[in-house]
Amino acid sequence: MTDLTVADPPPALARSHISSDLRAQRVRSAWVFLAPTLLVLAFVAGWPLVRTIYFSFTNASLTNLAGAEFIGFNNYLSWITLKSGRTIFRGLLADPTWWNAVWNTLKFTLVSVSIETVLGLVVALVLNAHFPGRGLVRAAILIPWAIPTIVSAKMWAWMLNDQFGILNDILLGLGLISQKIAWTANPDTAMLAVLIVDVWKTTPFMALLILAGLQMVPGDIYEAAKIDGVHPVRVFWRVTLPLIRPALMVAVIFRMLDALRIFDLIYVLTPNNVQTKTMSVLARENLFDFDKFAYGAAASTMLFLIIAAITVLYMWFGRVNFEGER
Amino acid sequence: MVSTIARRTAFYALVATIIVIAVFPFYYAILTSLKSGTALFRVDYWPKEFSLANYTGVISQGSFVRNLGNSLMVATSVVAISLLLAITAAYALGRVRFRGRSLLLLTILSVSMFPQIAVLAGLFELVRFVGIFNTPLALIFSYMIFTLPFTVWVLTTFMRDLPVEIEEAAIVDGASPWVIITRVFMPLMWPALVTTGLLAFIAAWNEFLFALTFTSSNTQRTVPVAIALLSGSSNFEIPWGNIMAASVIVTVPLVILVLIFQRRIISGLTAGGVKG
Repeated sequence: MTDLTVADPPPALARSHISSDLRAQRVRSAWVFLAPTLLVLAFVAGWPLVRTIYFSFTNASLTNLAGAEFIGFNNYLSWITLKSGRTIFRGLLADPTWWNAVWNTLKFTLVSVSIETVLGLVVALVLNAHFPGRGLVRAAILIPWAIPTIVSAKMWAWMLNDQFGILNDILLGLGLISQKIAWTANPDTAMLAVLIVDVWKTTPFMALLILAGLQMVPGDIYEAAKIDGVHPVRVFWRVTLPLIRPALMVAVIFRMLDALRIFDLIYVLTPNNVQTKTMSVLARENLFDFDKFAYGAAASTMLFLIIAAITVLYMWFGRVNFEGER
Repeated sequence: MVSTIARRTAFYALVATIIVIAVFPFYYAILTSLKSGTALFRVDYWPKEFSLANYTGVISQGSFVRNLGNSLMVATSVVAISLLLAITAAYALGRVRFRGRSLLLLTILSVSMFPQIAVLAGLFELVRFVGIFNTPLALIFSYMIFTLPFTVWVLTTFMRDLPVEIEEAAIVDGASPWVIITRVFMPLMWPALVTTGLLAFIAAWNEFLFALTFTSSNTQRTVPVAIALLSGSSNFEIPWGNIMAASVIVTVPLVILVLIFQRRIISGLTAGGVKG
């Protein structure tokens, strides 16, 4: 079972010896019990989302939120036609830095999630084998997962340091590079540096989710394949992979949603680097650093829409069924 | 025969690679944090000295201890509040049939997948309006957006799997839903509460975006923000020794917790994503 369904509650209360009065009372108290949670979520998620979208249609500034005036779609796109007949476009959708951030985010998501899926699968297969020391591997891979993102960004920033970093030392020692590389500052390697740290940090999560799927595969399938003399690689492609596909799809979407909103790693590891600036980083910097609050709100809204669209498309094409009847 | 040995060697080489890559950065941070002076700028693979100068430095200077306290306080409150809210919500969602139940569950799940940046502007306005900007309350409140959906989800799956008979007996005895939750379910739910509580604690302890945005003074910050903003007397003088010492201080409790509770955490993680 690798679905996301929460099945119906046990049918205890459908039985005749519990009166319909009691059932109505239970439903009433259920809503009472739900009320605090729903109220908190409405205040912490629902209302702020509505306000962010509202701000994106205004000229609000950080110092004057209350005096925001409605300006329609101008933060997204506006144009004026000059006397010379030339049209000048303004707004988010005409902003090359925004499209650069969109492209960076998509590139980062695609590459990091692909690598993490493959490596996560390898680690999960290792953890699924029986061998002495399996507990040690499991404990070891939990360490990157538990370390705060900020801390891992700083640890890696130190290891990737151009002058004193150990990575340059290793690569120089092996003769793979001829001179020290400024991994996080160099435009050519900044994205690579972010990818290295992200893959290190989140592959364990991927591996554990895939492992949960692998452990559902009944062992006698492998026995049967072995007796029939089927090559293990063939067994993997023909048996294991199709069986863990639902678990894999769910793991991928969880990671994808996480990667699309990436902020902290990039903010700390490669600050002010155009090559790694993602949508979240751009939105926050407009909101609070550039005093373009409304513009930042528009970027936030666009990010929300893009993530929603990608999620829907993925579930459509990937046939990830949240009702569990794939 | 030879191929078996070769295969086994390759397998163990893979195992060793995984362990080394997973552990090395943390090991290297500890190694660096124990160096002092110019030794910092020499690459060493094995510990050569044992100096606590960086640790005393980071603890005595600035407000790091205060930041640790803030983190601890915020994370603990977040766990307590979200468990309290989630356990009653999970009872309603896991044990009672009513219209709109699945839709509600999906809505709650989708909140946890929200990009936090999408609510940042609205939350900022709300936090300032209520007057809790630059206080731990702002963080405790805003962290509910990721801990609450998660705890509700995991506790609901757990609660649903408990046998019907225990609840039936209580209903026949005339127990109210509140009594059923506190007397019948709570004692059975300790393992699930510990798991979800731990995961929520780690998430709150590690959070960065809200902490960066909703606090503005050194004394109100949590540790991740403090570490990110730790700087030397000039831009060119990054205090790597102190940063590594602070990183180790923040991470060691987490690593110990995770290693002690590793089975619980793995089952909680997979229940959060995939029904296990």
